[in-house]
Order: sequence, then C-alpha cells, then structure tokens
Amino acid sequence: MKWRYLKQQLFLVAVRISALIIAVAIGGFLVYIFVNGIGAISWEFLTQPPRDSMTKGGIMPAILGTFYLTAGAIIIALPLGVASAIYLSEYAKGGVVIRVIRIGVNCLAGVPSIVFGLFGLGLFVVFLHFGSCILSGALTLGILILPTIIGASEEALKGVPQTFREASLGLGVSKWQTILRTVLPNALPGILTGSILGVGRAAGETAPIMFTAAAFFTAKLPTSIFDEVMALPYHVYVLATAGTHIEETRPIQYGTVLVLVALVLGVDLIAIIMRSYIRKNKGW
Amino acid sequence: MRDNNVIETKNVNFYYGDFKALTDVTMNFERNRVTALIGPSGCGKSTLLRLLNRMNDLIAGTRVEGEVIFDGTNIYDPQIDPVDVRRKIGMVFQKPNPFPKSIFNNIIYGPRLSGTKSKAELEALVEKSLRQASLWNEVKDILGQSAMMLSGGQQQRLCIARALAMKPEILLMDEPTSALDPISTAKIEELIEELKKDYTIIIVTHNMQQAARISDKTGFFYIGKLIEYSPTEKLFTTPSVKQTEDYITGRFG
Repeated sequence: MKWRYLKQQLFLVAVRISALIIAVAIGGFLVYIFVNGIGAISWEFLTQPPRDSMTKGGIMPAILGTFYLTAGAIIIALPLGVASAIYLSEYAKGGVVIRVIRIGVNCLAGVPSIVFGLFGLGLFVVFLHFGSCILSGALTLGILILPTIIGASEEALKGVPQTFREASLGLGVSKWQTILRTVLPNALPGILTGSILGVGRAAGETAPIMFTAAAFFTAKLPTSIFDEVMALPYHVYVLATAGTHIEETRPIQYGTVLVLVALVLGVDLIAIIMRSYIRKNKGW
Repeated sequence: MRDNNVIETKNVNFYYGDFKALTDVTMNFERNRVTALIGPSGCGKSTLLRLLNRMNDLIAGTRVEGEVIFDGTNIYDPQIDPVDVRRKIGMVFQKPNPFPKSIFNNIIYGPRLSGTKSKAELEALVEKSLRQASLWNEVKDILGQSAMMLSGGQQQRLCIARALAMKPEILLMDEPTSALDPISTAKIEELIEELKKDYTIIIVTHNMQQAARISDKTGFFYIGKLIEYSPTEKLFTTPSVKQTEDYITGRFG
C-alpha cells in the first residue's frame, strides 16, 4: 500500500518536473530575447530603413516585407486549402485517389522548408520567370502552410455536427448550399484559428524566401508584387552570418528577433482569444 | 380509397452494404392521416421513414430496390432530384436540431434558399409556421434570439415550424418526442393532432401508447418486414398476427 502511494508520488513529481523544464525553457528563451533585444527597439528602429551598411537605422522595410509575404501567402493558401478540405471532408467518398491525396498532404507537412525554397526557386523564380519577388515568396510560403490550413479546415468541418447537415438537407436545400450556408459558417472558427497559426508559421520561415523573395538590402519599399523585399527572419540571418559587422550588429539582430517573436506571438494570441470567444458563444 | 394515397412503397428492399434492412415492403400512406410505424429497435422502421424523402441517400453504401411513388412518380427515378423530393416531404428528427441561428433565421433558412426573397413574405411565413407549430405565443417577442436558448420541447416545435415553412405535403417524424419530457411530449402530440388537418404525417415511435393515442393507422415492423398494417385501434385491440400481439403485449422488443 505504501509502495503504491510512493510510486504515485514519484510519477507525479516526474511529470511536474517535465512540465517545469518546458516552461523554464520557453520562459528563459523569451526573457533572453527580450533582455537582449529591448535595447535596440526605438521609434526609429521600427520606422526607418537600415543605414551605414545596416549597422544603424531601423528594420521597417523588413517588417513591411514580412507583412506582404505573409498576407500574400494566406491569400493564396486560404481559399485553396479550404476548398481542398471541403472536398476531402464533404464530397470525397474514400478510395485510392483520396488516400493518395491525404498522404500527399501529410507528406507536404513534413517536407523541410529549404526544399520548399528550392521548389519555389525552380518553379516560380526561374521557370515562370517571376524572379525573386513578393509573388514568388508568397506562393512558396502559401504552399508551405497549405497542409496546416487543409488539416485545420478539415478538422473544423468534421467538427460540425452531422445533425446540422441533416436538418438543412431535410429542408430540401441542396448539398452545395448546405455546405455554404450551414457547414462552412459553423466551421469558420476552426478554420480561422488554423489559418492564423499558418500565418505565424509563414512569418517566421527563412529558408523558403531565401531564394524566392528576400533581398539582402533594399531601402526602397516595394511598389508591386514583382519587387524584392526585405524580411525579418532573413534580415536576422544576413546580419548574423554574412555581414561585415556581425559583432557590431548583435543588438540589431536581437531587436529584429524580438520584433519577429512579438509579431508571431501576437498573431497566435489573437487566434487563442478568438477561439475561446467563439467557443463560449457556440451553444453546441 | 386508392385516390387517398399520398405516397406508397412498392416491393421495397433496402440494403446497408450487404445487410438487408428492409424486405419487400409494400405500404400506402393516406392523405391527412397520421400513420405510425412501430417495432423493436433495428426493425427497419426508421430506415423506411428516411427512405420516403431520400434521406438515406446521405449514407454511403446504401441501395434501394423497388419503387416509392409520390405524386404519381417514382422518387427513386434517376431523373428525380432528391432536393425537390425533400422540399415536398419534410422531416423532423429524433433530437431537436435547430441551427445555431436566431429563431427567425431558423424558420426562413429553407424558404429563402429555395427562392422566397421578399421580406414581408418571409415575416408572414415565420408567424404562420410558428402559429401552426403552437410556438408563436412563446417566442413572438424573442424572434431575434438564438434558437439554442429554447427548451428541448420548444426547439422541437421550432424544428416542426421550420419544416412547415417549406409548405410540405408530408411530414415525416422520426421519434420526435423520444428526447423530450412528458409535458413537452404531450404538446407535440396535441400538435400532431392539429397538423393532420393540413398535412399527412408519418411518425416512427418507440412508444406504443403514443402510437395508439395519435395515429389512425399503424404498421408493425419486425426484422425488416412489415408484419401487420391496419387501423390503429384494430392493431392494438385485435391484432391478426401473433408476432404483433406478442410485441404490443410486451412479450418481446
């Protein structure tokens, strides 16, 4: 009896320690970034382009570039992903083709991001002659986050009670209208949450935009989707590895990382708030 | 009498994959009557009901043989669009299933998607349907509120109103009171009595007293077959088949 009690306590301590390690690791990482990066943050840093070989000035073009690339990626991936999910969840009846599509989607989720970068380089930049630009980068990032969006959307669609579909179809409403008017609106919260997580992922990726969109330096702000842009993750990468003033620009690197982390966490936070808000009001 | 038939099945067999759920069911349903389908679980009564407005189409791997004649045509004819069938043959389900929308929007959901656009027309339809479902007085001041706030019994009457708003000829009810308390059940039963003046009602029920109370004719199903089909009073007092008698006296099922 005592031994059993002891075992239980030991197990409890073990899982507690595991949880604590995770929390400390994440917390420590965030604090480290914050402490090292906060010094670099200023109004100038957020609103000015870099100057003096990127050792001074700000990162505004990179913030803007990341915004464009991420927005482009979601504009491309959301309709495509939701449409695919509707097909998989509402229309597909199973069989070999469906299984192959599903395996394809899962594989896509596991492909290293540098492979997406090379794929984007081959297809969009070179073959389609888009060049290294916002469009190529957004398309590449869009494909990268497609599995996330398909997965989340399919899950959300499956979560809509079958009784809603029956109620609608039973009223003599066509299947397409049923999906459009009843299934999709009720799946929307889940779809949005998944998409926002996709946004976070797209904003943080470096490898896919390295060859497809990101510029080492350009003070000029993009005027069309065929312009190259700076981007936050790539900016950090460049400053930390390829500049001539690596040590000198450490504060800028940390500052850029802090901005990027704040952006991604902010976006995730919106997703969390939205999800809990909608769950509360769902009523089923 | 034949002219009085609204819908009838002719030698219907039904399969879920390899499982034969209905065997050679031939049955006619009369206009402005309440017909009850009874029998033990798994006897095929709900399958038959859902077959009458092609709701079984939604289940993969099902197959129908035979004919279901409605308005002079076989609704399983490949030319027929199941959507048209379901507009004329409404359905109320076992568990109340209102949409997570307002009461008003629940009612106009079907009519609006099948072409009624005018606001005045829709408003009139909402009042009429809710009155028909004896729900108007309870909800007339809260039409904009979510249907999810209503009680189970109110939700079920809302679902009936929602089906009536499509102006169907037939109303199929699949154990509509099995999830409700006795008072809500009584209200729905009264309502059915009222509705049969304008509609033909076919109701599946587990509750034999309910069948006896509200129906004009009753069909008893057992293992996929229609065992006996006669006026309700006769079926419950002097059944002509031994299996029926065993079932209604509670010897099995």
